Amino acid sequence: MTKWISLTLGALLSVNALAETPAEKGLAIATQADQADNGWNDSTAELLMILRNRQGDTTERAIRSRQLEVEGDGDKSISIFDSPNDVKGTAFLSHTHVEKADDQWLYLPALKRVKRIASNNKSGPFMGSEFAYEDITSQELAKYTYTWLKDELYEGRDSHVIERIPTYKHSGYTKQIAWIDKTMLQPLKIDFYDRKGSLLKTFTTHDHQQYLQKHWRPSRTEMVNHITGKGTTLNWNNYVFNSGFRDRDFDKNTLKRSR
Amino acid sequence: MAPIKNNIVASLLLSGLAQPVAALEMTGDVAIEMRYFPGQALSSQQHGHNSSLSAEIEMVHEWDNGDQLIAFVPFARIDQGDRERTHGDIRELNWLKVADEWELRLGIRKVFWGVSESQHLVDIINQTDLVENSDGEDKLGQPMVNLALIRDWGTIDLFLLPYFRERTFPGVEGRLRLATTIDQEHALYESKYEQKHLDIALRWSHYIGDWDLGVSYFDGTNRDPDFIFNGQQLQAYYRQIQQLGLDLQATKESWLWKLEAIQRRNHDDFYHAATAGFEYSFYGIFDSNTDLGVVVEYLYDNRDKYATTPFEDDLMLGLRLALNDEQSSEALIGAVIDIDGDANVYSIEASRRLGDSWKATLEGRLFQNIESNDALYSYRQDDYLQLQLGYYF
Repeated sequence: MTKWISLTLGALLSVNALAETPAEKGLAIATQADQADNGWNDSTAELLMILRNRQGDTTERAIRSRQLEVEGDGDKSISIFDSPNDVKGTAFLSHTHVEKADDQWLYLPALKRVKRIASNNKSGPFMGSEFAYEDITSQELAKYTYTWLKDELYEGRDSHVIERIPTYKHSGYTKQIAWIDKTMLQPLKIDFYDRKGSLLKTFTTHDHQQYLQKHWRPSRTEMVNHITGKGTTLNWNNYVFNSGFRDRDFDKNTLKRSR
Repeated sequence: MAPIKNNIVASLLLSGLAQPVAALEMTGDVAIEMRYFPGQALSSQQHGHNSSLSAEIEMVHEWDNGDQLIAFVPFARIDQGDRERTHGDIRELNWLKVADEWELRLGIRKVFWGVSESQHLVDIINQTDLVENSDGEDKLGQPMVNLALIRDWGTIDLFLLPYFRERTFPGVEGRLRLATTIDQEHALYESKYEQKHLDIALRWSHYIGDWDLGVSYFDGTNRDPDFIFNGQQLQAYYRQIQQLGLDLQATKESWLWKLEAIQRRNHDDFYHAATAGFEYSFYGIFDSNTDLGVVVEYLYDNRDKYATTPFEDDLMLGLRLALNDEQSSEALIGAVIDIDGDANVYSIEASRRLGDSWKATLEGRLFQNIESNDALYSYRQDDYLQLQLGYYF
């Protein structure tokens, strides 16, 4: 993270400089957003995932998620599935990294088996939803390059519009266009462009609430696939911060006794 | 964390316990299974097509902020054709205590060690519930004391296993059994303590970068029996063994490289066996959400033809399909090919969720060109196709 702090300082110092390029401004905004949300330590939330097909039929999944902020590297998370019933107790452990590939393990309760899984399946669907693995894992600053495009009103909110391009391997996207709210410094909307360069999906966030007088979190997020007409809603409930989690709560031993 | 499951707040049941906010969770499944055998059984005593009903319930009570837990998992099956397959077992009945640097478990549990798909050499804690399925994937609950010491340099698991579970076998009327029937009432033991011999095991496991590894040692009653012919029937004979095991997986992008190796010693004999191979995944084939995995494993046993397992110089080839759809549709198609013979075993396992609470599973096995000296010779007429429909709650 030290590297990024120095970059941040550089970016902040140059905010008023006339010669700031769109790339510098884009990185400055992304860095500011990243810094603004620093210090959440750990959080837990309950998710209700609603999958919607083209005809509007829906199916639901319930997931409990817990995250640990890691200084100097990517964050850690565990997701435990409570429904559908046949996969109840299945759990997914992720250690994201800034420099190297993420570490991921899956716990299969029926076999009592922990499987290390490949983390390069970035663009694959998460639990049959419109969210890809790369959409739900930790969004580290260094995983993209940034370009500021313009500032504009989005849904009545002052926003920066920045383009970000994944720098990690195996992404399903050539670029993403994000509308970042100037006050909350949280994305309101992200357009995802596929490998052919056409608009694939749109992600939107809704009903933000502020926690610990600092951290803004959406109560609902939506992902719509423009090609298939399918969509996924994520309702985020019962956010809890600072439970005092440590690395031990995100190891293979803990994964193995997830319930 | 407060689970968002269908909690049955069992304040009445648990009023005697310290934590008033504790909850009892109950989940499980009930399944009907139909097996179709196209071939005529070798013996007229053996059944034809067969139906079966099974249920497994999991009851979990958690308290102390999740640091203590009691789990109870009973299982039962009623089988139409095979009296031995009508059976029950306590898969789990244990207490767990979690601390920063250790985890203690007392009671009946299931433990899995290993990485490979075709066979599980290293996995030795639990006895196989062979009457459940001939693939050996189902296990009987094992009574134990298990202390896990969690350190920066890995996890050390210590096991005391005070009671031995005998393997279950199909009965006289059952299919997928040995041609000579087994006397299931009178097993023989090398140790005079028989089932009460205290077995011990320990395992170190860790991961370093993209390598996950485990080294294990077991000293006690062999889970795999030898057989002794008493003039009429076979009797299972359980020896004392010492086993050293290694399991290793390297996860390199789309490649999973796997190795399991054991060295097993008994009073008269010493041998090695190994499974080595890889799984390579193609993600999102043909611009779809479908992933295709190719599994290749080589199975080796230095006892060769004297091996008590059918896999002594064989190659397993498999294709794993995952549609990644809402119904979690998936299939694993595999073949185990005997390299120095003609025997092949083909298998298919496929499943798909129906609605929110049902799941259909298709399973099939084909035994081809099985020679008379092969351990699978008795199964040569027992090709089958099985459909299971399960309700999960």
